[in-house]
Amino acid sequence: MSLQPYSSPIERIWYWTFRGFCALVLLFLMIPVLVIIPLSFSSGSFLTYPLPGFSLHWYKTIFSAGPWLDSLKNSLIVAPLATLLAMAFGTLAAVGLNKADFPGKSFILALLISPMIVPLVIVAVGMYFFFAQIGLLNSYAGLVLAHAVLGVPFVVITVNATLQGFDYNQVRAGASLGAHPLRVFFTIVLPQIIPGVASGGLFAFATSFDEVVVALFIASPTERTLPMQMFSGIRENISPAIAAMATIMILLSVLLLLVMEMLRRRSEKMRINR
Amino acid sequence: MTSALAMSQPAISEKVPGLKAQLRRAERLRKLKAIALVAPLAIFLVIAFVIPISNMLWRSVDNSEVMQVMPETARLLTEWDGKDLPSEAVFSVFAQELRDSRTGGGLGRIGRRLNYEDPTFRTLLTQTLRTLPATTEKTWSETLQSIHPRWSETDTWLALQRAAPATTDRYLLAALDLQRGSDGSIERIDENQRVYQQVFVRTLVIAGGVTLICLLMGFPLAYLLATLPTSQSNLLMIFVLLPFWTSLLVRTAAWIVLLQSGGLVNTTLMTLGLIESPLQLVFNRIGVFFAMVHILLPFMILPLYSVMKGISPVYQRAATSLGAHPFAAFWQIYVPQTLSGVAAGTILVFIMAIGYYITPALVGGPSDQMVSYFVAYYTNTTNNWGMAAALGTFLLIATLLLYLVYHKLVNQKQLIRN
Repeated sequence: MSLQPYSSPIERIWYWTFRGFCALVLLFLMIPVLVIIPLSFSSGSFLTYPLPGFSLHWYKTIFSAGPWLDSLKNSLIVAPLATLLAMAFGTLAAVGLNKADFPGKSFILALLISPMIVPLVIVAVGMYFFFAQIGLLNSYAGLVLAHAVLGVPFVVITVNATLQGFDYNQVRAGASLGAHPLRVFFTIVLPQIIPGVASGGLFAFATSFDEVVVALFIASPTERTLPMQMFSGIRENISPAIAAMATIMILLSVLLLLVMEMLRRRSEKMRINR
Repeated sequence: MTSALAMSQPAISEKVPGLKAQLRRAERLRKLKAIALVAPLAIFLVIAFVIPISNMLWRSVDNSEVMQVMPETARLLTEWDGKDLPSEAVFSVFAQELRDSRTGGGLGRIGRRLNYEDPTFRTLLTQTLRTLPATTEKTWSETLQSIHPRWSETDTWLALQRAAPATTDRYLLAALDLQRGSDGSIERIDENQRVYQQVFVRTLVIAGGVTLICLLMGFPLAYLLATLPTSQSNLLMIFVLLPFWTSLLVRTAAWIVLLQSGGLVNTTLMTLGLIESPLQLVFNRIGVFFAMVHILLPFMILPLYSVMKGISPVYQRAATSLGAHPFAAFWQIYVPQTLSGVAAGTILVFIMAIGYYITPALVGGPSDQMVSYFVAYYTNTTNNWGMAAALGTFLLIATLLLYLVYHKLVNQKQLIRN
């Protein structure tokens, strides 16, 4: 829809109504993110406007020894390990799925994607019972495994998508020149699909870093992750410490978004260069 | 690609004997390699995901408590006709097995299970155990009946009989507000005890409402993003992607800050003089809608945007040049082309919405909790795992059915594009 010199007044009104509505939707999307940042610099102890004064007090709170720092540490232990696991398993599987057709392939693909579909609470309760039986309840290992399961579909999907544009003649060329399949994979395939692997990994990392339902069920206070700490913070005493941690996490999302955009540009460039 | 290779070969393979077999072997090897690459993840998911969930679903029909703790009693009771009191054999085996149940936590397990039949059953068992002698000179039926008069009622034994089989449909029925009547037929439970139908309806209403609002807000914005020049739309896309990448809990906390009675929305409205006292906007349905729409809106905008980006503007222009009113051209020419995106976004948002737990738990009131909340509640708070599993089963079935529809639609879209 665009405004032309010959547009009728009704079209003009409609045009500006439409633009105005879109602006409101964008405002709706951004306002929670924007509102919480100033509150983290509040010198008061309530999450309300107007701010009583400026202070970095709450940043000091979350970064001095205590539950916030512990939970941040736990998240920084669990998320990278879960991401690595998801990336390794997911990349292998995506490469396999693109290698040949085999019976039951669509069923397997559905299985690999399913952790993304099944409601989290069902995953959480299922893992709670199962991990209790095999002794993984309240352990870092259990949490890492659970988050790897949740992250795997993202890696499979992104690597799969990257492989759709991959020219397999390169693999044949490598093989015909006598390279071992592993060498072909690491020197020819992997460098080209790395943007897909990395963006899948970022999704998996963000999933683990934001996941609270499964963690609430299978982790004890010792393994308390950052989302768990935020959850109990919101539930029990909502203080500007939450806003401070939220600001840090928003900065992290901006970083993720930038890296994601960079990866997208890079994979697009590769496609054009070919 | 592999099939193309195989198809181009017949002409050669007729001339060179054995080549066909070699190609077949090579093809088989490729397949095996492909399977070997997928296998680690498939096995990992089966162990860490499929087995735990199947395990949990099994609990919705699992009724093995009495059968495991009192195997002989359970076996004898299934043969009992339920008319007169059971035979002396049942009484004596029951007394024996009740005494044995004290070790190994068996008593707790059957007590919890039997309390679902009759809320006083656990007390009856512990009271009986306290005075149960190791041996008796009378018959066991007399002994038990003298300890507690309820052992002379057939209803007590009928309750035990109902709990005896290895599987039960009581949890699945209860999750739909149904029960087995005394004659075994399925009937609705008392009106004032019906809970779950309301919960399911509420879940569908909230998910449906959230989906509709997302569509109404997302469609115009996706249209704007798809029709603007790329440099501008990329900039505006950040407004969609930044919240998308922001932690769900951060956004939920932000909505509480915005909507609470001393929050920004209420203060603004009061400063403007639109309202006199703060509105209750959070910890009720309004708060749930605000937070859920905000979280799910990007999932509506992104598929819509990707479909709209691929729609050529020439058809709409052709319609207008042929004399169609711009609105008619938009509605009759443009909108039908977006339907695959609308369907994909709608089902995606709906699937995600019906499973929501955290957001309603934080910004909703007691009457805004959805099915997931009750699954968590029965698991953590009351340890009624059968009930948690039954509600979870229905939630999972609904999700998977919707996903099947989504899958069909998205595949069709790809077919059309090809």
